[in-house]
Parts: sequence; C-alpha cells; structure tokens
Amino acid sequence: MFDFDSIPHIKEVSACHGVYDEKNLNEKDPVSFDERQQRSKKVLPDLEEAIKRVGLKDGMTISFHHHFRNGDYVINMVMDVIAKMGIKDLTVAASSLTDCHWPLIEHIKNGVIKHIETSGLRGKLGDAVSHGLMDFPVIFRSHGGRAAAIETGELHIDVAFLGAPSCDPYGNANGYNRDSEEGSCCGSLGYAKLDALYADKCIIITDHLVSFPNTPFGIPESQVDYVVKVDNIGDPNGIMSGATRYTKNPKELLIAQYATNAIVASGYFKNNFSMQMGSGGASLAVARYLREKMLEQDIKCRFALGGITGQIVQMHEEGLVKKILDVQSFDLIAANSVKNNRFHQQIDASYYASYVNKGAAVNQLDFVILSALEVDVDFNVNVMTGSDGVIRGAVGGHPDTAAGASMTIVVCPLLRGRIPTICTKVNTVCTPGRTVDVVVTDQGIAVNPARPELYERFVEAGLPVTTIEKLRDRAERIAGKPEPIKYGEKIVGVLMYRDNTVIDVIREVID
Amino acid sequence: MEIKKTGVAGTMESSDIIVRIEPKNTEGVELTLESAVMQQYGRQIEKVIRETLEGLGVTSAYVNAVDKGALDCTVAARTLAAAYRAAESKDYVWNGGSIR
Amino acid sequence: MSRLRRSMLFVPGNNPGMIRDAHIYGSDSIMFDLEDSVAITEKDAARFLVYKALTTLRYGKKELVVRINDLSSGLGVADLEAIVRARPDVIRLPKTDSAKDVIECEREIERIEREAGIPVGTTGMMAAIESANGVLNAKEIAFSSKRLIGIALGAEDYVTDLKTTRSPEGIELMFARGMIVNAAKAAGIMALDTVYSDVNNEEGFIAEATMIRKMGFDGKSVINPRQIAPLHKVFTPSEKDLMKAHAIMDAIAEANARGSGVASLKGKMIDKPVVARAQYLLEMAERAKTITVEEV
Repeated sequence: MFDFDSIPHIKEVSACHGVYDEKNLNEKDPVSFDERQQRSKKVLPDLEEAIKRVGLKDGMTISFHHHFRNGDYVINMVMDVIAKMGIKDLTVAASSLTDCHWPLIEHIKNGVIKHIETSGLRGKLGDAVSHGLMDFPVIFRSHGGRAAAIETGELHIDVAFLGAPSCDPYGNANGYNRDSEEGSCCGSLGYAKLDALYADKCIIITDHLVSFPNTPFGIPESQVDYVVKVDNIGDPNGIMSGATRYTKNPKELLIAQYATNAIVASGYFKNNFSMQMGSGGASLAVARYLREKMLEQDIKCRFALGGITGQIVQMHEEGLVKKILDVQSFDLIAANSVKNNRFHQQIDASYYASYVNKGAAVNQLDFVILSALEVDVDFNVNVMTGSDGVIRGAVGGHPDTAAGASMTIVVCPLLRGRIPTICTKVNTVCTPGRTVDVVVTDQGIAVNPARPELYERFVEAGLPVTTIEKLRDRAERIAGKPEPIKYGEKIVGVLMYRDNTVIDVIREVID
Repeated sequence: MEIKKTGVAGTMESSDIIVRIEPKNTEGVELTLESAVMQQYGRQIEKVIRETLEGLGVTSAYVNAVDKGALDCTVAARTLAAAYRAAESKDYVWNGGSIR
Repeated sequence: MSRLRRSMLFVPGNNPGMIRDAHIYGSDSIMFDLEDSVAITEKDAARFLVYKALTTLRYGKKELVVRINDLSSGLGVADLEAIVRARPDVIRLPKTDSAKDVIECEREIERIEREAGIPVGTTGMMAAIESANGVLNAKEIAFSSKRLIGIALGAEDYVTDLKTTRSPEGIELMFARGMIVNAAKAAGIMALDTVYSDVNNEEGFIAEATMIRKMGFDGKSVINPRQIAPLHKVFTPSEKDLMKAHAIMDAIAEANARGSGVASLKGKMIDKPVVARAQYLLEMAERAKTITVEEV
C-alpha cells in the first residue's frame, strides 16, 4: 500500500495518470490471434466506404504512386469511385502518370480533377494536356523536388491512395508478397513511403491481404488508416517485365562502350565507387561493359542507387556491387532481390533525392548515366517533350541525380530517325546544363567546358572527344536544319527544378 | 518522263520513305505527304520530291509519300526509283563523275 | 604505309538506316552491297539509294567499297554505270572465277570512267573468289589487274561448290584460305577473309579472326558492327610484341648512330625482314590506338 500523494516529486513526473484501478482495464479478448486480425477495424469492404471514412471533400489533394507503371489499375479505379461519389475539384498529386491513365481525361473534363502534379505524363493524357485540356497547368516535379515539397508541407496530401501487392489487416504493406508467389510484385515502394508518412489519411489498396505481420514492410501500419482489398491492383505484365533485356542494337552498344570507356578514364572508377544507371538500352549495356572492367581491374562498387535492374542485382549477387539502394525496382529480378537480398534496401524518395535532405543518396554518387530526348549546346537536357512538342516523358530523378553526382553522363544517339538529339536550344529544359558534365553519342563525346580535367583525361585515353557545337553541327548537316515546332501561347505545363523553382514552361501544341 | 502506271519504291522501316507515283490525266504534280517529322522536315521532303520529279521531267502525276524519317538522299532515291518504275523506263541518267 | 583493312562492314544496299550510320562503328572499310542482301525486285531501288548516299553523305576517311552483281547476272553493268560515277574507292566483284572476269569488269569500269570524265584507273577493284575453280585460279586473278587492291574469300558459295558446309573450325576453308592468302601476297595485294555469320558467337569469331591473322590475312568482312571491336583487338599487336618491336627499332637507331650498318639485339643480328615486321607492327599499333572523331 502506498499513498500516491506522498511519493516525492510525483506531480512532476510526466506520463503518470494517477493510481492503477482495475475498473479501467479492457475486457480480455480470448479469441485466437488469427480471428482477431480478421476483425481489424482498418479493413473496409470497399473503396467508397474508405473514401467516406477519410472524409474526402471537394478541393482536396490526393496522391498515388507509380510503382505499377503501365500495369496500374489503382488510379483509374479510385478516380472512378470518387467521380461516382460526386466529389469535385481535386488535385491529383501522383509520383508519376503513364499511358494507362488516359481515363483521367474524362475526370478532368467533368471537373472531378482540377489540377495535376506529377513527374511525367505519356500517351493520350500527355497528348490531351499538350493540346490544352486543362486550365491549371500541370506541375511537373522531379522525384526529389516532390519529396522536398511533401516534407516541408508545401505539398500537403489530404489522402494517399497507395496500391500494395501485399498488406496485412493492420496496414503493414509491401511491394512484394512473402506469403505467396502469386499476384503482382513491384519490389520497392520508395515513392509510396513518403506519401504514407506525410499524408493526413492513408488508404492501402491491395489484392493480397496476408496475415499479420507482413514483415519486413515497406510501409508500417502506424502510417495506415484503412486497408481495402480489391480483386486486382494491376496487370502483372504491365507492372514488371521478367528481366530488362540487353539491347542488341549496335548503335546503343556503341554508345555504351564509349560511356564505359569514359567512366574508366574519368578518375572516378576506383574501388568503392558509387553509381546510378538508367533502364534505357544504352544504360543497361553500360552496366554490362562496366562489369567486365570491374572484373578485369578488380574494382568493386560500394553502392548502386536508383531505379534498379536485374543487371545491378546480378553484380550485387556476384559481389561486385556491395549495397543497393532501391527507390524503384525496374524488373522482376530487381523486385525479387528486394525481397531476398539483405543488402538490397528499399529507400524512400527523400532518402533518394530530396534537396532538403543533406544526406540524400544522390549526393553520394560518383557518377550517373542518364538518357535524353534532346541536349542543347549549353548541355541543357529535355526528357519531357517529344520531337513534336507533345508531353511524352517524365522528369523522374534526372535533375536530382545530375545535380548530386560528381560526374553526370548523358547518353543519347546523335539523331533519332531524322531528328537531331543535339540541338541549339532544347524545347523544354528539365535538367540545367550546369549539372551535366559529359554527353556521349554514337558520333563522339562532348565534355562540359566547366570540366576541363575530364576532357583532358578522355583525350589521354584516346576517346573520341569533340565539342557539343560540333556534334550539333554534324547532326544538322546529316539531317538538315529542322524547322521549329509551332506552339500556342497557352501554358499547359510548368517544370519545377528540384528546389521547386520554375525552370521552364510547356506551351500548348498547335497541329 | 511519262508516268504510265503505278510505281512504288521504299519501305515502312525507320529512316525510309515509301513513294507511290500514279498517272494523272491533267497537268501538275499532286502530292500528299505523311511524315513522322512533318513539323520539322515536311516542307523539305516535299521540296526534294518535287525537285527530283522536275529533274526527270515528270509534270503530271499523283504522288503519295509516307515518310519514316528519311534523309534527303533517301527521299530522292526512292522518288527516282518509283518514277522510273511508274514510267516503265530503264534509261537511267547518272549525273555523277565529279571528283570528290 | 598502305591503308588498314582489318574490317570491312557489310551494309545492305537497300537499307537507308544502315547506310546512314555505316561510318559510326569504326570499321576500316564500308562495303555497300547491291548483290546478295538485295532482293531481285529491289535491285534498281538499291542502286539509286547507294548512288545517292555515295554522292551526298560524308563518310570521312573510311574506304568505301560497293559490291556489284556479277556481270553474267545481267545486272553488273547497270550497277557499274551508276556506281562508278558515284566514285567509291573500290568496286567489289563477286563470284570471280578467272582473270577474265576481272578484265571484263575492268573494261566496263574504264569505259565508264572515260564517259564520265573520271581519271582512268582511279576506281579500285577487289575480287571475291567464291568457287572451287576461282580458288584454283587465285594466282591469275590476283595478278589480273593493277586496279586490284586485294582478293577476298566468299565462303558461303564456295562451300556449296565443294558440297560441304561451314564448320566452327573452318577445316573446309583451309585450302582456299591458303591459296588466296598466298596468291594475294605474291601479287603484292591484300588478302581478305570471309564473314563469320554466327554474330552471337563472339568466342568463335575471335578464334577464327586470330587464325586468319596468323595465316597472313589483312582483314575480314563483318556483317554486324558488334564484330568490329573484337576483330580490331585481334589485329592489335600485343604489349609483348610491341616491346620487342621497339627494342628492334632502338637497336637499329643505335647502330645508325654508331654509323654501323649492322644492328644486333641480345647478341643476334637483326635481319631486314625483322625490321620490316617490327615497323609494320608499330605502325599498326599506332593506327589502332585511338578512335578519333572524323570530320564527316
């Protein structure tokens, strides 16, 4: 027995709620764990119920991730339900949008969607936006820029609708399924993680409701409000290809060979280097050629970052790449590796690329290999608008990695069909030339004059080095000088640089 | 050169162009062009086709071209091949010979 | 030093994309083909395309070769009418069975050169030998024209003629290769080997390239750009060979400085052929060392 008030200093102890009283105890729940989890109050029968519970209202901001790529069913499914419920004027802040999201066009026309923020647009939706579908221009942010905007609260997400290949009744969600080999698999949930963390409300949409605990998880239950089970979150074939294939295109292989030789000669190719490779044909081939050089010279990579492919996983499993930081898995081999390899770590978008985050992994890169639709003589890169001026790309982590890496290499053919890739002025600036160090084409390598030491090293190594102006001239000599694309006045898209300042705008296309 | 029947040359491969030339009853070359690079090079492609036909003395024809990003030299080569085929002629005239 | 002809890239004459990009892969020569890679119905179209490409596009310092149809096909002369005027470096005559084939072709080339006002004799030739008879006549073919820069083996037709097939080891080509390389060297021209068609078998390709280099061939035709880099590697002298060559040249220089006509290395006198070989090796290494951006 004790006298509560006589305990010295007890009034000053925080988190002390007085004297224990048996009356306050909850009833003991005698059912089995399995029965109990079946009754989880987080699991709701359908999307409509979940949307009602989170209190979605006109004018709010909702978010989605793009880990299901072109196989995604979630965005269209959720938007259809929202439209049916009569909610209007929403801002859709997706980490990215792609071809399969064309049904959003109707929701935009009907006023359900007022505004879109995304990393990219493609297909019919990109085409429609380029032709003036929306009055509020689409805001394009890099992955790092979006992460920063969410972290600082500037991009406030009211409700995140996040598809997950597996989830337990309490909301522990994952990009793969440890309980079954069936269903879809996207590996890392990197872009979804941050949305779950910062959104006011978070709904997980899954087609595989598995038993608690769904560990190790990509998104923890503490960040999840509701879980909705649906028949299918996506088309597995659209979400993942089995393995990203090596290109046999001789021109891509040639570019890759040049890029590899540039890396080897750059001074950054030494033990414990760090790198990021894209998933384009030439980038993947660089991984293959670099692997040969690593074996030849007994050099190991400390970490590989970014969108991860089977090629990187192979190098990891061979011991050539020690650690993998994976914000997005590009193929099934990569996705399975997230599941099976201890040092294949999924990371969120902020860890990956946010400028607010000083420790962001992009800042630790020795080099990155990036692609481009256009590069101009000031080294500015366009990855957004096609040769007809229509939106058909994504900013992705392009400006983030370019800014962070010690050496940024852009690989592209000198011409695509008849269109020069190296030009006088890019149609849309996505990544500023100041952050691009080397441009590798099939017809020569150009080094940014700001990096004379790289130029020297490449010349020393006998690489085919030239100037960016000469590459542009050569392209125009072969193809002829292209006439400019005709744009209207209306601004249909705004490109935010990674610090969320406006770097360029996209105007309406006139046919 | 007189266009006697339909002559076609080229393929649908990237960097190629299909040129189809057909007889026409009235004077003038009527040209329709589809191109993957219409905005940037449409006028140039049309110019090359017209100049090539002019060089052959073709003054009356329907021409339909579907371009997949062909360079000027390819546009000219396909136009020449289609025109000779359409004229059922093998009297080729090669103008080269100048020293490179 | 004469031109390097380690690699000759085959480019189908009716493929505009490949014709446009033919120079980017770093082969020593580019061979535009009007023969086997062009369907019989497209011979005219390919001729226009190659003619236009040669007279319009720039290929830098690459040696430009055009393979015409053989004269007996009825297409060869028409090919020459166009191609000679487009001024490639070399006309490649396929299916050469005898010196007569070369001479006939040369006569046509000369006639066209005169008609077009091209300096007579400036169009080079090479003869591809693709039959048992042709192989036996390799010597007379190699000596048949001053225009010949080399003779080549065309293996596909040849093995058909022998009623055998190609093997990975190439035993069926031993005699033909021996004849051709010997005839070429006797005539002071180059010997060029046939294509290796299994583009996915890099190991087999390298083995064959190593063998033909050892035999004395100057180069090889390639059908895929991917084969060029490994081929050049085979034709690049090894570090060991280079060091030896440098030592030989140093010894010569030292002997010259002494005013002595006799140089020796490690107590052994250096013969004239040894010097020539060392010189050739060094030049080849120099040429092979850097890939430069040509001003095309």
